[in-house]
This record gives sequence, C-alpha cells and structure tokens, in this order.
Amino acid sequence: MSTTAKVPVPIDESAEPAAVPLRTALKAPILLGVVTMLVALLIAFKARAGKTTFRLAADTDFFDLPAVTVPSTATVATVVVLLALGTAASALLVSRGRRTPLWLIAIFAVVAMVGFLAWAAAGRTVPVVGLLGGSIALAVPLVFGALGGVLGERAGVVNIAIDGQLLFGAFAAAIFGTVVGSPWGGLVAAMLAGALVALVLGFFAITYFVDQVIVGVVLNVLVIGLTSFLFGQVLAENPQELNAPDHFERIPIPVLGEIPVIGPVLFRQTILVYLMYAAVVIVAWALYRTKWGLRVRAVGEHPKAADTVGIKVNRTRYTTLLIAGLIAGAGGATYTLVSVPQFGEEMTDGAGYIALAAVIFGRWDPVRATLAALLFGFATNLSGVLSVLGSPVPSQFMLMLPYVVTIIAVAGLVGASRAPAADGVPYRKG
Amino acid sequence: MTLELRGITKRFGPLVANDRISLTVNEGEILALLGENGAGKSTLMNVLYGLYQADEGEILLDGAPLKMSGPGDAMAAGIGMVHQHFMLVPVFTVAENVMLGNEATGFAGTLDLDAARQRVREISQRFGFDVDPDALVETLPVGVQQRVEIIKALSRDARVLVFDEPTAVLTPQETDELMEIMRQLRASGTAIVFISHKLREVRAIADRITVIRRGAVVGEASPTATNAELAALMVGRPVELTVHKEPAQPGPEAFVVKDLRVVDDTGHTHLDGISFSIARGEVLGVAGVQGNGQTELTEAIMGLQSHVRGSIRLGEHELVGKSVRKVLDAGVGFVPEDRQVDGLVGGFTIAENLMLNRSHGKPFVSAGTIRNGYLEEFAQTKLVEYDVRASGIQAKASQLSGGNQQKVVVARELSRDLSLLVAAQPTRGVDVGSIEFIHKQVVATRDAGVPVLLVSTELDEIVALSDRIMVLYRGQVVGIVPADTPRETLGLMMAGERPEGTAA
Ligand SMILES: Nc1ncnc2c1ncn2[C@@H]1O[C@H](COP(=O)(O)OP(=O)(O)OP(=O)(O)O)[C@@H](O)[C@H]1O
Ligand SMILES: [Mg+2]
Repeated sequence: MSTTAKVPVPIDESAEPAAVPLRTALKAPILLGVVTMLVALLIAFKARAGKTTFRLAADTDFFDLPAVTVPSTATVATVVVLLALGTAASALLVSRGRRTPLWLIAIFAVVAMVGFLAWAAAGRTVPVVGLLGGSIALAVPLVFGALGGVLGERAGVVNIAIDGQLLFGAFAAAIFGTVVGSPWGGLVAAMLAGALVALVLGFFAITYFVDQVIVGVVLNVLVIGLTSFLFGQVLAENPQELNAPDHFERIPIPVLGEIPVIGPVLFRQTILVYLMYAAVVIVAWALYRTKWGLRVRAVGEHPKAADTVGIKVNRTRYTTLLIAGLIAGAGGATYTLVSVPQFGEEMTDGAGYIALAAVIFGRWDPVRATLAALLFGFATNLSGVLSVLGSPVPSQFMLMLPYVVTIIAVAGLVGASRAPAADGVPYRKG
Repeated sequence: MTLELRGITKRFGPLVANDRISLTVNEGEILALLGENGAGKSTLMNVLYGLYQADEGEILLDGAPLKMSGPGDAMAAGIGMVHQHFMLVPVFTVAENVMLGNEATGFAGTLDLDAARQRVREISQRFGFDVDPDALVETLPVGVQQRVEIIKALSRDARVLVFDEPTAVLTPQETDELMEIMRQLRASGTAIVFISHKLREVRAIADRITVIRRGAVVGEASPTATNAELAALMVGRPVELTVHKEPAQPGPEAFVVKDLRVVDDTGHTHLDGISFSIARGEVLGVAGVQGNGQTELTEAIMGLQSHVRGSIRLGEHELVGKSVRKVLDAGVGFVPEDRQVDGLVGGFTIAENLMLNRSHGKPFVSAGTIRNGYLEEFAQTKLVEYDVRASGIQAKASQLSGGNQQKVVVARELSRDLSLLVAAQPTRGVDVGSIEFIHKQVVATRDAGVPVLLVSTELDEIVALSDRIMVLYRGQVVGIVPADTPRETLGLMMAGERPEGTAA
C-alpha cells in the first residue's frame, strides 16, 4: 500500500444552477394562472360596455398629461392575453428549474390591476394619482407601526401594543400640537407617548417576564379606555384649547415633485411622509449594517449567546423597544396632524393590528414590512375609490379587498417565514 | 498572573452542583478538569465566566476579588471561554458570530465585515482550521461549528482561556492541532483550563489534573498516571476502557444504499453517488473529517434532506422520499450528531423526551392519551440503566449536563425494536464509564441482528466498534476497508488518498 492515488473530486461549485425546491417554485405560476382566470371570468360572465378613462394628472400639475380613454371590454381582453403570456413565461421558467423573477410578478400585478380597473370603472374615470397618493397617505401609520414592530420583534419582544402606541401618539399629538401651537410639538409628544407605552410593555415583559402578548393586549385596551375617557371628559369640553392642532402642510419637493404621476404621488406630501421614507431607510440600514443592529438581532435570536459575548441582553431589548416606540408614536401623529387635525375616540380603528400583520407578512424585515403596509394601504384606498365610482362589486366584498390582496400576495409570493428564534421569550439568567 | 476560585458553591434548587470548590490556575499553565457527566465542571466554569452567580465563594485575580455581574466583567478581566454547548447564533454567518460583541466598525457604527472575515481567515490559517467566514452557522456540521466556537474565543486575546470539551467532535488531527494551539498559548503566558473526557488528551497536555466528583474536588492526579488510574479516580470504580466484542456474524444484506446523491438548497453537492451495504448483525463505521458528507448521509436516510436521488433500501422498504415518520415506523433508530438541535426538546422533561419517537401509539399512548404510569416506570428504569444524573425523571432536558443529555437520546433510540441503527457521535461528551456502557449497548444491538451505521469523528470509537470502515471524502467513498486497517492508512484515506489495492 505504498502508492496512493488521489480520488477524483468532480463536485461542488461547478454543478448545475441552484435547484429551487419545486413546491416553492410552483407557487408563482399557479398564482398567476389563477389571477388570469379570474380576470378572464370578468369579461366572460359580466362584460361591461363603455369606455374607461384613466386620469394621470393631478389638479395642480404644471403640464398636463392627457387622460387615457380605452374601451373597457377590449382592454380587459388584451389584459387577459398579456396575463396568460406572463403565466406561460413563469411556467416555462419553473419547468427549467428557475424561479419566477420579481419584476415579472410586479409587471403582472400592474397589468392585472389595469384590467380590473378598466372593467370596474367602465363608463367612468379612474383618478390614478388620487388612487396612488391616497394609498400612501393611508399606509403611513401602518409603515411607522410596522417598523416599530419589526424592531421590537427582532430584539425578541413581541409588540402587540402597536395599536396602543399609534392611538396614544395620535392623542398626545392632538393635545400638544394645540398647546404648543406647532405640529412639531405634537410630533415630539406623539413619539414620546409611543415610547411611554413601550416602556410599560418592557417593564412587564422584560423585567417581570409577563407574557408579552397578554401585556400588549392589555395595553391596547388600557390606551383605548384612557384616551376615550380623557377625550370625553376633557377634550370634548375644550376643543379649541386642546383638540385643534395646527397641521403639517404638503411640501412639494422641487424637481422630483414635477415628475408626472410619481411626483404628485410620492413627492408632494407632508413632512411626515418624508420622515417615513427616512425611517425605512435608516431602520433597514441600522438593523443590517451597524454594530447596534447586529447586537439587536443576536439578542432576538439567541440571547444567551449574546450574553456570553458581553452584550447586556435586557438593556439592549429596552433600548430597542423604546426606539421602536418612538417610531410607532410618530405613526400615531399622522392621524391628528395631517388632513383632519383632530383627535377622535378609537380613531386608529385597529390599524396597529394590521401593522403587526405587515411585520409578519414582511418576514420581520423592515423593507418587506413596508411593502406589505403599502400594499395594504393601496387595497384599502382602492376599495374606497371604487365604491365612490360605483363599482359593480358588492360593498362587502370591497371591504374584504385589502385583506384578500394581502393574503394572496403573501401566500403566493412570500416563502416560508421564520420569526426570530427568541421572539417573545423573556431572558432569565441561569 | 494567578486566577483563584475560592470555596465556590452553586446550587440549583436542592441540587448542589458545586460544593465549596477551590482551584487555582497560573500563568502559562494548563489545568485539566476531569469528572463524570454531571460532576459540575461546566457549572464551575460558567461561574468563572460570570454566566452563573455563585451562591458562596469568590473569584480572585492576582489576589484581588473580581466582581462578576455578567460575562462582560469576565471578558473585561481577560477571561475567555469555549462553551460546551456552542454559543453561536444559528442565522448569523461565521464572521458575524466571531465579531459579535467585539465588532470592528467604520463610519457611524457600520459593521466592518471585511475586517471580520479577514480575522476569521487569519486565525483559521494560523491554527490550520478550514472555515468559510461567510457560511451560515446553522448549515455547518457540528465539527465545523466547534471550530467556529474556538476561533471566536481565540479572537479575543484572553489571558485565561476555558475550553469546555472542545474536542468532543473534533477528528484526531484537529485535536492535535488544537493541542498545539494550546501549547503555543501556554508558552505565551495564557492560563488554560481544559475539560475533556478523553484521557489520552488530558495526559498529553495537562500540567496538573484536578478531579471532580458529584460537585466536589476529590483529588489531584499527575499527568503521568495511567488511563485506568484516571478513569478509576473519576468514576470511583475500575472501568473497562476497551470494548470486548465477539467477531461479527453478518447475516444477509439488510440495508443497501445505491448511488445516493444529495444536493442542498443552494445547489451544492454533498454526496456524489455513494453506494454501500450493511448486513444484519454488522457495524459499518463511517470515518472522515466532518463536513465530507457524513451529516447529509444520516439525514438522507432519515428523510431530513429534501433533494435526494438514488436508492436507500432497508429490507423491503425504499426509504428515499419517505417522511421521517415513515422512516421511524420502519424501525430506524437515530442518534443525531447535535443533541440539542435534533435530539431533545429542551423544555420537555426527561420522561417526555424518552417517548418522543413513539408519540403516536403503543406503548406510551393509548386512545390518544399518554399513559403516564407506564411512561414514568419506563423513564425511571432508563434513568438507572443509563446512569443519567438528574434530580429525577421530571427534570427538564435543558437542565441536564451535556453528557447526561446525550445519554437520554441514546437511551431513547436503543430502547425499542430496531431494524437499523444510525448513530452519529453516539458518545459525544459522555464520560468514560458511560462510554463503556453505550458501547456495550451498540454491540448488543448488532448482536441482535440489527445493521448499524456508526458515524464518529473519534477514530478510536470507529475502530473499536466497527466490523468494516467506510471513509468519506468530499461526498465520495474513498474506500470500504476491514476494521483492522492500520490507522495511518485510514488517516491517508481521510485526506482523500485511495490506497492501492482497495476497492472504492
Ligand atoms: N440550569 C440548571 N438548572 C438545574 N440544574 C442544572 C442546571 N445546569 C446544570 N444543572 C445540574 O448541575 C449538575 C452539574 O452539571 P454540569 O453541566 O456542570 O456537569 P458537567 O460536569 O459539565 O457534566 P458533562 O461532562 O456531562 O458536561 C448536573 O446534575 C445538572 O443536571
Ligand atoms: Mg459539561
């Protein structure tokens, strides 16, 4: 056995392109196929005569884009053909063992939406800018709330109290915005109010190991009770002195705001919306690119491991939760410092729970959670716009729309999701 | 510099894990701690590292008492530790794990990942480890995770280093490298506490040996003592260190693997068309450096891998494509390599863990209800039989010492009628007395006519138990050789060299 021969090793790197598990890959073409069928059914069974107009310009635009008018049925038919092509392309890719690219899905979604609107608004005009711009406005508190939720859960604290933070933020913003006489005062107060709720949550959940879901729910109920009581007893008595804050004006951004469609939708908004853009970018950057973010994630995944390298687990959880509270509180300010500057009982209407859903749908990722919140805002606004236009869909179905859209998008496109391993688990030392 | 532990007592409820233990470690010295499973070694080291607060006693550094409120204080005092149960974040990369808590940063607190990768490469190179800084820790076999844990501790430049069973899943070569590292560290003045159940290593490297039994120091031993003397001091009785087994009486071939290929989600090939068979009443040992496909082989058999091609036949059954439940129902026993991830549910009691693989029906469940009386009786018997040191069958698995957790897993897998046993690192972290027992059980399983697939990084174990040895290298079979093949040849094969005259 003196001579030896090297075993030939032809493996690794080179191999075929990454094999995607078939079950996951199949979801996309199946979903696209179903959507294509649904749109096809619209003209097959309930074709609507007339023309649909898409108005692309906002009232205040400097140069007008002409409105586009199309025949309803013919448009839907064209859309069905396009959708079928998209589905086929996706199926072809999957049969070759590839994934369906995201851009294909995005284009598909836009085309499908055009088809649906052409059908639903036959004989009328769709205000495209209003539809999209309104979506953003509706999504702002959801995005702030979701960002706060993502941060908390990434550090291992489940935050059911987002709704309480939004509501308390809205309340504080109304009062302090009025008293200070500037919406900025209201915004700061809202953020502090959110942080205060977070502090109470942390006190019970982190320091006293109380079940986080229960504390969260209790806090929500507490905030509803407290604000409703004070509203009835104090605010309603002195609306001028306490419940009439100045509101933030729209600030068009030069140049960017002039871009057709996108400009009025994204860049002629209030400062709160710009703050939201900044918050998304900063949270994503901080969570993934900074030392602080690495520690937050470590604490949420494996607190004991974090402890053994000298990271103070509970202190990190507290600070993260407080920052998350500041962010969620800012979301609350959008209720009382924007269009209707006034606080009303239970005015968040459970938005915090939707934000929580966006956290999970967004797989605990700030950018994905933001997209989920935006999608939700869009679907909500769509149902509103369509009912104004007098859509043929029963109103109950329109109310379901935001939830259905979100579920389809998530179930169809988001892969298996996994929460931070120590999410909701208090850390006790041995 | 001298580190002194004085009169340390640590209790968990009624259990006294450390009973007035005193120790000193000096600069440039390696102190070995020996003791049975559950003797209290890890507990003592966790006290030293600030993870546990001692109930009594104090820790002195150069005569001055150290105030320890957490690991941060220990680290500040220059104490580092390689944990028995790795303290790695599974979803982080190797580089992120190594830098955590000690991050290199650039502008505004941004992570400098390049620096961390560089650091990982530097240390791996210096000490001869092969680790990819960008690999996700959860995808790595335990042997590689062990290297990461060691790299993490070495990257901190500690003055006192605790190694809690760092060699449990290392190959002999890697162990030799680690011992060389420890010698270098000792020469540069580091004080080292080394815990291992492998007496050969302890004798080779220790300057002094302290033996702990049931929470108290029972004596000091000299590194020149024999294995048998050390084992007896540790366990309190003479221990048989070699396995007695009759030559195998192989029956018909019962377990046949043909052209098995395993690819992971990223398209990486882990097993590249391997074929082998095991007869009834035969032990096939799988040797090879961790990360050459052993983990994937056992997982493919159990139905835990998703892209498997080829065939795995157990008697009449084809196992490829079957669910884990079906594989278990076919009578396959499985000791996974990582007891804490795949072997136990930490928050469950010992009794509950003992019935995990039979939670669907007889004998533990009837009419959808757990038969608690039967379970308790069963658990009680196994506790005694396997010498599991615990406060009782209702103790949580996560509160057991590492070796005792391992015994629970082995007890569960070996206590039902099997048609195949797949055992990966069955004696990982188990003390000499219990190794003796587990080895006897494996041989008894074989003698009952069960084919056994044994995976171990411990060549001694492979040689002692196997009837034939298969060596894997980069997902391929280098060769299947008789158990009496010389070690040098096995060593060469593990590096991918195929000796002339052996068939692949
Ligand atoms: N967190 C805990 N809660 C309760 N009991 C514990 C805990 N940690 C350890 N113990 C008990 O303390 C005793 C000593 O455990 P320890 O982990 O120190 O043993 P060890 O000497 O390291 O053993 P091994 O060689 O198996 O690793 C064991 O009986 C164990 O069950
Ligand atoms: Mg231990």
